[in-house]
Amino acid sequence: MIERLRKTVASLSLVLACVGAQTACGGGGFVEIPIETPIAPKLDITPFQRVYVAGFLAGAGEDVDANMETVRLIRSQLRNKNILRVVDADTLPLAERALQEVGSTPSDAPAEPPAPPPAEPADTTPEGQAAAAEALEAGQLPLVREERDLEQYAKVFADTEFWKKVGEEHEQALIVTGSVLFVPHARSGFVQREQEAYDSFGRRIVTPVRTYMERKGYILRPTFVFIDGRTGEQLYSESFREEILYNANQQTPALSSYFELMDRLLPTFLNTLSAQKIRGNRVLIK
Amino acid sequence: MPARHLTFAVVFLLLTACPSWAEQRGQAKEQVEFGVQVAQRGLWREAIYRWERATQLDPTYAAAFNNLAVAYEQSGQLDKARAAYDKAIALEPNNQLIKQNYDLFKELNDRAAQKDGSQP
Repeated sequence: MIERLRKTVASLSLVLACVGAQTACGGGGFVEIPIETPIAPKLDITPFQRVYVAGFLAGAGEDVDANMETVRLIRSQLRNKNILRVVDADTLPLAERALQEVGSTPSDAPAEPPAPPPAEPADTTPEGQAAAAEALEAGQLPLVREERDLEQYAKVFADTEFWKKVGEEHEQALIVTGSVLFVPHARSGFVQREQEAYDSFGRRIVTPVRTYMERKGYILRPTFVFIDGRTGEQLYSESFREEILYNANQQTPALSSYFELMDRLLPTFLNTLSAQKIRGNRVLIK
Repeated sequence: MPARHLTFAVVFLLLTACPSWAEQRGQAKEQVEFGVQVAQRGLWREAIYRWERATQLDPTYAAAFNNLAVAYEQSGQLDKARAAYDKAIALEPNNQLIKQNYDLFKELNDRAAQKDGSQP
């Protein structure tokens, strides 16, 4: 019995000693602290003094001219950040150029009426042809509803001779181009939302409820291509996909959805050209 | 009988080792606390120096490695930050504060690492 008691006392003192040691060694609490992590730019832009936003391949949108809106937004962001001198020049007729590339027209050949893209069934109705011509005049590609519709035109970005010429015209600037797809999107299905209720004691209770909802919104799929204006070669490219959905009865203008979606990816876009500081909070342990 | 001798030996070793270990940990703790104070004033280079010193004094001090990782993040040394977090987590795998920091770091680090992914 005494032996057992002695053993118990011994193990208890061991535990107390451990607790004491732990208290002496740590357990001093913690402090939350804001930090700013610098992220190095993805592209070395030191050889360039200017940047030329040449325009984007975009489909014939219903409400938003994705090409021109993206050009305006990117130029204004680059100006605000003072990254490089922004070339204030007209955008290139990229849609026309892309259609020529698809039709394998040599780059030096005089401008011809654009050939219809082979992968798309040509709309031979007079209305369809008129719509296609109108879209082209507005700098947009006809019959672009999905990303794969744009993919066939992407070889325009690999035409080094063409981009070298563009670079020469703009003092060998860094060229920013690419494609932007901004399309309406609808989805229906079960969505989890929180339902508020009060019990018999007047306490607020929030319970998750699954409800069937029809939602509509937009998908934004831009691909940014950075081209060396001195050589015409592609330096870097990055694609994004952002989506926004609203209740079916909510009326949100397409343009405000476009800006909301672009806002999400602009920091990453800008990080291609300049160092960004990412803010966050961390815990320091005493 | 040999078991009793062995117990005595272990207890003796522990008793003699403890003061020096406690002293090392005490010094490391001082460095960590000073580092926290200077980091709160924005003096991150000094904080790095202090926490590096703390990890040298006591290489089992998870808090020192955690703080060092945060300081490396703040200075953009992401590789070093990852190594310090790895060490902190290896030392205290159940520490939720360290885990929380590490998760946030991973998110940021993945974003930074994307840069090499789509080079033509």
